[in-house]
Amino acid sequence: MTVLRETWIVFNRAMRLSLRNPMWSILMLSQPLMYLFLFGPLLKPITAQISEGATTNAYQVFIPGLIVQLGMFGAMFVGFGLIAEYRAGVIEADRVTPASRMALMAGRVLRDVVVLVAQSALLLVAAIPLGLRAPWKGVLLSLVIVALLGATFASLSYSVALITKSEDALAPLLNGIAMPLLLLSGILLPMQIGPTWLQRLSDISPLKHVVNGVRAMFRGEVASSPALWGLFWVVLLTVVGLTVGARTFKKESA
Amino acid sequence: MMIEARGLVRTFKTRRGPVEAVQGVDLAVADGEIVGFLGPNGAGKTTTMRMLATLIQPTSGTATVAGCDLAKDPVGVRRRIGYVPQSGSTLPEAIAGDEVVDHARLYGVPKAEAAARGQRLFEELDLPGLWRRQCKTLSGGQRRRLDIVMGLIHEPKLIFLDEPTTGLDPQARANLWEHIRGLRARGATIFITTHYLDEADALCDRILVIDQGKIVGSGTPEELKQQVSGDGVRLDLADAANAPAVSKIVAELDGAVAIEADGATVNFRIPRGGSVLPGLLRSIDAQGIELEGVEVHRPTLDDVFLTMTGRSLRDEEATA
Repeated sequence: MTVLRETWIVFNRAMRLSLRNPMWSILMLSQPLMYLFLFGPLLKPITAQISEGATTNAYQVFIPGLIVQLGMFGAMFVGFGLIAEYRAGVIEADRVTPASRMALMAGRVLRDVVVLVAQSALLLVAAIPLGLRAPWKGVLLSLVIVALLGATFASLSYSVALITKSEDALAPLLNGIAMPLLLLSGILLPMQIGPTWLQRLSDISPLKHVVNGVRAMFRGEVASSPALWGLFWVVLLTVVGLTVGARTFKKESA
Repeated sequence: MMIEARGLVRTFKTRRGPVEAVQGVDLAVADGEIVGFLGPNGAGKTTTMRMLATLIQPTSGTATVAGCDLAKDPVGVRRRIGYVPQSGSTLPEAIAGDEVVDHARLYGVPKAEAAARGQRLFEELDLPGLWRRQCKTLSGGQRRRLDIVMGLIHEPKLIFLDEPTTGLDPQARANLWEHIRGLRARGATIFITTHYLDEADALCDRILVIDQGKIVGSGTPEELKQQVSGDGVRLDLADAANAPAVSKIVAELDGAVAIEADGATVNFRIPRGGSVLPGLLRSIDAQGIELEGVEVHRPTLDDVFLTMTGRSLRDEEATA
C-alpha cells in the first residue's frame, strides 16, 4: 500500500537524522536516568507505604511511573524538531509531493516511538542492578503502552507545532500542560498515599489510570481491572492523538 | 495550456479583519513558455503561486494546472509540477544527496533511479562533489541550486520558481539564469515570480505584472516597454539656473512628455530619443548653456511598472 510505503520513506529519513545527531535522544534519556539513580533510592525506606498488595520492591512501583513519564515527556517536545523542519522549508517540500499527508506525520511519529521504546528498554536494563524485578509479560505490555503514549503525545506535539509555528509559543504551552499532568498522574509517587481530594482530582487525568495500569502489569496482574483500564485509556488517547495530528497535517495551514 | 486560471481569489483572516491578498487573477501559460510574475513584495505573487501549486486553497476561482483540475485532483497536479520555494527545502543537518533521494521516493521514483537522476542533476547544476555534503555547508547559490534539483527530481513538466535569485550575488544570479534557460531547453514550462526587473527582462518570454492582488498588465518584455511612451532622456546642466530655459527648449520638441527639472538635471521622455538628441544639443548650445552630461535610456520594466501603477518598483523595494 502506498501510504505504508510513504510512511516508511518518511520514517527512514527521520530515523537517519536522529541517528546522525543522537545528542537529543541521549539528553532525553538522561532525565529519567537521573530520577532512577538520584530519586529512586529515597523510596526504599517507604516501600511499604507506596506498595499495593504483596509488592516489597520499590522499583516495581517507581519504574512504571518513570517509563510513562519518558513516553509522555520524550514525545511531548518533538514539535520543536518539526518547527525547525518547517523553518527550513522541509514541510512545504513534503507537502508539494503527492505523498499522503497521513504518511508525512505517521513516519515521523513512528521514528519517535522507536526512539522512546529503545530509551525505555535501556532504562529498564539500568534498573535491574538496582533491584527491579518484574514478570516479563508485564514488562513487554508496558513497552507497548509506552509506544502508544509516545505516538499520542508526538502527534499532539506536531499538531500544536504546526499550528503555532513558533518555539516561543510552543515552549510555555508544553510546560503549562506538562507540569499538572506530571503531578496529577502519580508518576513519582502513587496517588493512593495522598489525601482524598487530591486522589479525586487525579482521577480526572487519564494518565493516572495508565500509570496504575502499568504498575499492575509490573506486579504481573496483566488481566486485572487497573491494567485493563490503563489499556483502555491509552488506546483512547492514541486514537484521539493520531486523529488530531492527521487532521492538522491535512489542513491547508499546516 | 499548461496553466489556466480563472478568477482566483484568496482572502486571509487577520486580527484586523479579512485581507484580500489575491483579488481575482485570470492567467494562461502555454506549454514551453517561461512566464514571469512581476510585482513588488506583498503584491500577491507568492500567494497565487502557492494556490497553483496546491499548497493553499483558493477562496474562490478555478484553475487547471498541468492538465489536472486544481480542486478535484490536487494529487494529480502535485505529480506533474515541481515547486522551488523561496524558503529552501532541505534540512541544514541533512546530507544533500539523502534529501534529494528521499524527496524523489515520495514521488514514487525507485531509490536507485532517484540517486542516478540526482547525481546527474548535481553535475548539470554545477554541484559536483557535493552529494554527500551536509546542506548547511553549501553556499547560498549552491543551496538554491540544490532546491532546484529537489524540484526537478521527478521530471515535472511544469516548474514553479519563487524568487529564485533573492539573496544571491550577481555572478550566482547570472549563473542561475543560465540554468533556468537550460530547463526550458529540455521542454519544461517555467513559471517564475520575481521583483527584479532585470531578471524578468533577461529570462521571460512573457511577463504578467501584478499589483495589490490584481494583474495590471501582460505581454512580452518588448511589448510592455512599448506601452511606455518613448525613451528616457536625462540632461545634466553645469548650472541649475539654466534648468527653466532648457525645459522650455525641450517642451518645444515634438512628442516630449513628462518633463521634470530637478536641480541641475532635466528629465523627459520622447519617442526615438537618440535621433532628436543632435538637434536638441545644438539648440541648447546656441543659447550658450553648458551641459555636463547626456543620457538616453530605453524604457525598462521599472518604467513599465511606474506607468501601470503610478509607483516605482524600486520605491517598493526600498520601503519593503
